[in-house]
Amino acid sequence: MAIFLNKDSKVIVQGMTGATGMKHTKLMLGDGTNIVGGVNPRKAGTSVDFDGTEIPVFGTVAEAMEKTGANVSVLFVPPAFSKAAVVEAIDAEIPLAVVITEGIAVHDSAAFYAYAKSKGDKTRIIGPNCPGLITPGQSNAGIIPGDITKPGRIGLVSKSGTLTYQMMYELRDIGFSSAVGIGGDPVIGTTHIDALAAFEADPDTDLIVMIGEIGGDAEERAADFIKANVTKPVVGYVAGFTAPEGKTMGHAGAIVSGSSGTAQAKKEALEAAGVKVGKTPTETAKLARELLS
Amino acid sequence: MDLFEYQARDLFAKHGVPVLAGEVIDTPEAAREATERLGGKSVVKAQVKVGGRGKAGGVKLAASPDEAVEHATNILGMDIKGHTVHKVMMAETAPEIVEEYYVSFLLDRTNRTFLSIASVEGGVEIEEVAATRPEAVAKTPIDANVGVDKAKALEIAAAAKFPADVADKVADVLVTLWKTFIEEDALLVEVNPLAKVASGDIIALDGKVSLDDNADFRHPDHEALQDKAAADPLEAAAKEKDLNYVKLDGEVGIIGNGAGLVMSTLDVVAYAGEKHGGVKPANFLDIGGGASAQVMANGLEIILGDSDVKSVFVNVFGGITACDEVANGIVQALALLESKGEKVEKPLVVRLDGNNAELGRKILSDANHPLVQRVDTMDGAADKAAELAAAK
Repeated sequence: MAIFLNKDSKVIVQGMTGATGMKHTKLMLGDGTNIVGGVNPRKAGTSVDFDGTEIPVFGTVAEAMEKTGANVSVLFVPPAFSKAAVVEAIDAEIPLAVVITEGIAVHDSAAFYAYAKSKGDKTRIIGPNCPGLITPGQSNAGIIPGDITKPGRIGLVSKSGTLTYQMMYELRDIGFSSAVGIGGDPVIGTTHIDALAAFEADPDTDLIVMIGEIGGDAEERAADFIKANVTKPVVGYVAGFTAPEGKTMGHAGAIVSGSSGTAQAKKEALEAAGVKVGKTPTETAKLARELLS
Repeated sequence: MDLFEYQARDLFAKHGVPVLAGEVIDTPEAAREATERLGGKSVVKAQVKVGGRGKAGGVKLAASPDEAVEHATNILGMDIKGHTVHKVMMAETAPEIVEEYYVSFLLDRTNRTFLSIASVEGGVEIEEVAATRPEAVAKTPIDANVGVDKAKALEIAAAAKFPADVADKVADVLVTLWKTFIEEDALLVEVNPLAKVASGDIIALDGKVSLDDNADFRHPDHEALQDKAAADPLEAAAKEKDLNYVKLDGEVGIIGNGAGLVMSTLDVVAYAGEKHGGVKPANFLDIGGGASAQVMANGLEIILGDSDVKSVFVNVFGGITACDEVANGIVQALALLESKGEKVEKPLVVRLDGNNAELGRKILSDANHPLVQRVDTMDGAADKAAELAAAK
């Protein structure tokens, strides 16, 4: 099982022929991802050799889907062109679009999110500004290192890439069903709640680790959702207790505005929903370990 | 990026939002000429990016050019909630104000859309109105792909119960304000107060604008709006090197890879500091994935140049980038700095974990740099860095 991505997923890469796209397509193939094509209108009809695996390049997402049956697109498109690329993926009705790109203007992500909704939500968007998602041992759609953990029964959802890796590594002996990096931008497609709902329904997931950070109220809303809908144990971590007000901490969405978006408020909301919240990533991993033993 | 009032006024004027005449000055003498140009009277307004300047004495009415100079003398250099006033806006005096309203457009993160907020009770903090009289605040979601035309603007004005005699004019202002929001890639455009004056005209008397830095690529003109004078010198130096750095007020310099991990590192150091005399993180610095020796050197240079820093904690998780590359980066960075004649005297605590961690740790051990200590867990390394900072 796993969520959103499995061994049967057929993945295309928008922006595959750029330097970042090439590097990560190679890594994804190494992790066993079934990559069936790249998209670049200027290189349509050619193919790229990745250590003996020929990956064809198509002119459009729609063409790639028609010829390969692709159902996942990973986007490594520069910020200025990302909106058009995501809109193209939505128009092609690809079920999952994973937007890795960092630095997309908020007006652009708000526009493509609204566009996906207006088209009947046929495309799930993950990101932008995210590491993507991995189902260890089956498929990797994004830039999460594939060899730091193994398949297992923990589900992970996180706003942060490196904290995702840290947690996957700390709990590598137990392993993960899927790990989803939802991204640190103010407007993102898939939320903590979407991933929590999917992990709750996934028979291969026994425990959920949820990582949040300052900014917005996604963690508070996730806490409400957990209280009402999640029966599996949830362990949480929130980063940014020491972040000063009004300063963006790396991620565009990681900012405390006035009294809203603080790590303390998020931690309290999660604890009130019965989530065990760790003080550090290591303590959080320990809590997860205890609950599973 | 949050703008000053005068910059917001300029953007409003550019997109047709009705504003009063105004200009920005930074010397008391310039207040005289500006007031003469404005017809002999003016409002002298401190330019600070913080609310409550009126109460702090940062807004004064000048009945003559002499009085304007006097007010400007008092206001320039004034401290308002920790913000020093470097500029004042000389504004045309408003005609008699009959009513004060509030209007804004902003990003609604929760609903991942845009939102209009409007109220006929302006002139005070909108949060206060929303808390005490929520029924007086109308929130209307805006579809990012549809936007605000006259009909939508009239809908907003009706939702906020604007009086019939002004609803049409307010709607016109809303359309121009929306234009400002969209065309400048703003995260917030706010007019408070939006005034109805004796003639019946509607004028934006004060405003706030916040712009999306991610959209700078299509707004080359936005660079000129940056307040370079106010930026912390270390933050400015880091920005020049494309480093993601925020200066904080502690003693432990922090370098890490990935925004989330660095935020987490700050927290872990602050917890550790509780046991070591209350030392705290000195900065946020994310060197990103795949950081080269050069990037590591740039980061170390900024942090070692901070006189508040007593020890440095380098916290790296090797994901795609392997730890041996990171370790080589650290060793080369130290050599690079020393070859430039910079004395590295502050102790570095390095924690490497993840891909090729063993190899990376071995490289550090072999290099045997007298200032570098290896601690292999994040919590343990934070404790060591805090201890070293406290001992200094």
